[in-house]
Amino acid sequence: MSEYRVSGRGRIDSTQPVTFTFDGATYRGFKGDTVASALLANGVHLMGRSFKYHRPRGAVAAGSEEPNALIGTRRGAGRFEPNTRATVQEIWNGLETSSQNKYPSLKFDVGAVNDAAYMLFSAGFYYKTFMWPKSFWDKVYEPFIRAAAGLGVSPTEEDPDTYASRNLHCDVLIVGAGPAGLAAARAAAVKGVSVVLVDENAEAGGTFLSEPQARIDGKPAWDWLASELAALREMGVRIMTRTTAIGYYHQNMIGLCEKLTDHLAELPADTPRERLWRVRARQVVLAQGALEKPLVFHGNDRPGVMLAGSAQTYLNRYGVLVGKRPVVLTCHDSAWYAAFDLHRAGAKVQAIVDTRGSVRDELVSEAKSLGIPVKLSHTATATSGRLRVNSIRVNPVSGDTVGAGEKIACDAVLMSGGWTPSLHLFSHTKGKLAWDDDRTTFLPDVTPEDCVIAGASRGLWGIEAALTDGADKGRAVADALGVTRNAVAYAVEADRTGTGVSHKELPTDRSPGKAKAFVDYQNDVTAKDLRLAVREGMRSIEHVKRYTTNGMATDQGKMSNINGLNIASDALGKKQPQVGLTTFRPPYTPTSFGAFAGYHRGAHFELTRKTQIDAWAEENGAVFEPVGQWRRAWYFPKPGEDMDAAVRRECKATRSSVGIFDASTLGKIEVVGPDAVEFMNRMYTNPWTKLAPGRCRYGLLLGDDGYIRDDGVIGRMTEDRFHVTTTTGGAARVLNMMEDYLQTEWPHLNVWLTSTTEQWSTIALNGPNAAKLLQPFVEGVTLTEEAFPHMSCVECTVAGMPARLFRVSFTGEIGFEVNVPAPMGRKLWETLWEAGQQYGITAYGTETMHVLRAEKGYIIVGQDTDGTVTPYDCGMGWAVGKKKPDFVGKRGLARPDLVAEGRKQFVGLLTEDGSKLEEGAQIVFDPKQQIPMTMVGHVTSSYESEEVGQPIALALVQGGQNRMGDTVYIPMPDRTIAAKITSTIFVDPENARLKI
Amino acid sequence: MLLIHCPYCEETLPEAEFAHAGQAHVVRPENPSAQSDEEWENFLFIRSNVKGPHYERWRHVHGCGRFFNAVRDTVSDRFLTTYKAGAPRPDLETLTGEVK
Repeated sequence: MSEYRVSGRGRIDSTQPVTFTFDGATYRGFKGDTVASALLANGVHLMGRSFKYHRPRGAVAAGSEEPNALIGTRRGAGRFEPNTRATVQEIWNGLETSSQNKYPSLKFDVGAVNDAAYMLFSAGFYYKTFMWPKSFWDKVYEPFIRAAAGLGVSPTEEDPDTYASRNLHCDVLIVGAGPAGLAAARAAAVKGVSVVLVDENAEAGGTFLSEPQARIDGKPAWDWLASELAALREMGVRIMTRTTAIGYYHQNMIGLCEKLTDHLAELPADTPRERLWRVRARQVVLAQGALEKPLVFHGNDRPGVMLAGSAQTYLNRYGVLVGKRPVVLTCHDSAWYAAFDLHRAGAKVQAIVDTRGSVRDELVSEAKSLGIPVKLSHTATATSGRLRVNSIRVNPVSGDTVGAGEKIACDAVLMSGGWTPSLHLFSHTKGKLAWDDDRTTFLPDVTPEDCVIAGASRGLWGIEAALTDGADKGRAVADALGVTRNAVAYAVEADRTGTGVSHKELPTDRSPGKAKAFVDYQNDVTAKDLRLAVREGMRSIEHVKRYTTNGMATDQGKMSNINGLNIASDALGKKQPQVGLTTFRPPYTPTSFGAFAGYHRGAHFELTRKTQIDAWAEENGAVFEPVGQWRRAWYFPKPGEDMDAAVRRECKATRSSVGIFDASTLGKIEVVGPDAVEFMNRMYTNPWTKLAPGRCRYGLLLGDDGYIRDDGVIGRMTEDRFHVTTTTGGAARVLNMMEDYLQTEWPHLNVWLTSTTEQWSTIALNGPNAAKLLQPFVEGVTLTEEAFPHMSCVECTVAGMPARLFRVSFTGEIGFEVNVPAPMGRKLWETLWEAGQQYGITAYGTETMHVLRAEKGYIIVGQDTDGTVTPYDCGMGWAVGKKKPDFVGKRGLARPDLVAEGRKQFVGLLTEDGSKLEEGAQIVFDPKQQIPMTMVGHVTSSYESEEVGQPIALALVQGGQNRMGDTVYIPMPDRTIAAKITSTIFVDPENARLKI
Repeated sequence: MLLIHCPYCEETLPEAEFAHAGQAHVVRPENPSAQSDEEWENFLFIRSNVKGPHYERWRHVHGCGRFFNAVRDTVSDRFLTTYKAGAPRPDLETLTGEVK
């Protein structure tokens, strides 16, 4: 037995010893211990260093609200987790744990120099101390702050664990399996009502686990608990432990995080580490209980100073005395019971110090009968002890006068500043809170959700009150579900009810400016910091919070919010509700990224769309690039080629013979119906009525604001059927827009829209030999200038496959796009590839496609346009059907700003020194003007061009179409580049090459 | 996650199946070219920013694909009703039980 273990107490299994390490030293505990309870059993209080001042810290609490005892846990390679609360992590044989925020060691830490320099680190210190000199910020202050700040160390390896994700629907979800939750479950659980009861702890029971002295209906608490849990399971209640309700979302959706393996020595096969549950409950009962508040006084953070209720939990649940000579410091009755429990278990309580002048007689007389000195109307003004508290200074208080201090030697201080109802999940529902002056706390008021709150989380103290209220609330939700239940009463003996008062900082005889009285342990925020924030002008609690960082640590102010509010409202001279409480947000406790990601990791993180020809490209050495969700072949390097060389070769081959390109990702929409042509007339700028079946046309799609949204070649297959193509990334957006207009503006039009993107494989052949290569495979049409001119389309057969053949060009060369049913794509590709060998056929990727189209001045929507570009800006007024009475964007094009002079217009650029411009570079007319210069446009596309003999660029330039031949300037960090404005068409402006 | 009733499918389904589609009852004029600049600006850009019940459009994009209208309280995030595109604007007083 360890020195501080009390034989026969607690719920640990003393027949199962467990060995684990903390900072390399080996410790023993028992099955059922947490890291904190096992360390405390070995007399270890020092568990970490604080965030800002690197002060030595120990566990303050025994549950998930713990702000100080944060540790790293390790289970072999890849399984390291920082910032785990030692008060929650269960031990198992071989567990490795380590303290945080210390260098070189926990007992001697050089960062603790910050503590001596605490005057520099007061509220808002970032904004003040580090302002000057300015040049110091990058090189001195920021690196220093970054190295010193932060909690724990991030894991560096990929997490080998799996995380699961589940949905659950139930009639009643109860959060918290303490007295209120258990009673609510019992009341709601009837045939036909599904009840789920969750608790974040390793076992259900809540307060019962810390109060074995109580008797319920004549049974000892733990016997009653065991039989009640068995009965609930028998009734079909699903009880989930180690399961935290992390967030309460709209319409009774609650997120649960269930931890499945962190407490096990051996990882079971096929079991995820955590499971994230999305629960949709018809009714919710919140029974989360209450959290004890610390008292705020100088030295209240020394290891060994902890919450009295937590000390009671360590004793009764884990069989651990947190000290043998504790002093109890309180303003609430509950800590008296903790004192009695520890005293009876063998500790010698040095004193019960209560700030109140009068305390219930029965408590005082019980203390006296146990021989515990009692000091009423006293405050605490200091503690001492370097790595563990060894004394506390207490002073009598009379009115506003603090009397002479007296030092009491001790090895622990058990404090209680009263209790705060746990309102986190209730606040997630947008539930309103009401200030309760008597209890000096917020209580739940109304919520828009189907949710009730029971027990200590609405300010009721004691087991009987919680059981009764839980039963009432259980009946209420059953009633809401249409099930009538009878009232039940519980008889509770040895219940511990009580009252208390609430404090701001405790009164002191010291200079308040020098007091290190901590409010937020995790972020090292003191009472002095809060008062300073108010003095410096912060009025709202939200500003005070951000200026001081009070409540902003990973514990979200579970312990500090109400103390912080009391101090801030005192400093402001306002009542607490006028100062307000900060908003609680999910998650309730820190939750792993793994739980949120669930199955969506690695290849499942994001969908990758691949064409039927993708595998061929991969086999043939393509380098890929992502385009929307597609991965597309970017270029096909030969051995030894870099990207530039590959693209040069691909361009040259296509312009001189024939290139083959996978265009399957192009969006495709089938527009069909008697009113198809009318619909097309209304959607696209172009006129469609006179387009004959078998012909196609370049279409421009605008928004009603007049700006270009999308473009693509559209073929009229028959009178009532259009084959619409869109940009690769725009397919879904365009279909959504078409559906929107069709369904809501023109529902009378008889038209059907179908996405056919994935129904077709599309292969583009471009180059002077394209027709020669393709002709032998085509049945049903002759590929001559007369029979199948540029911008024709036809349904025919290609290599024996049913096909839609388009004669279009995005390169300026003779071009065809062959659409075949998607699964046939690769076969057609390989057929053409083989036959094309005689022409030296070359596969090209998206980069070559970009170069070839830029040489012809063809725009790419989204690259050369940015949502503020009109067809006229692009020199494509020819695509606008001005005679049509209306189309989407027609009225928009007449808006005053869109017809104004000096709009940015699409032009070509050739640099004077032959260098390649950077896409996105800004353009100015006068390079000698003062900075900031007037920017008149930017480079939208820029490529090397073998064909042109120098790099080419496309750009948007103010009034550019009237500035042909002018020189503009592109200032870069190292120099300014001069470029001449040219036509956007760099190659074959007469389109001679399009002819067969 | 909100639960939304699709008036076409007549089912209440999770928000993930739906896409928000802006304010409802903004009718595209019959003849846009006859609109003044101010009228067109109003149609294109001017939207209400309601605190409380708001008429808005949703699309059951991962279901039937239909656009429909809804009244949603922007404070509580509750849907007061959903109704088919083209149906008349429901009366707020009836929906909320409040007389303004």
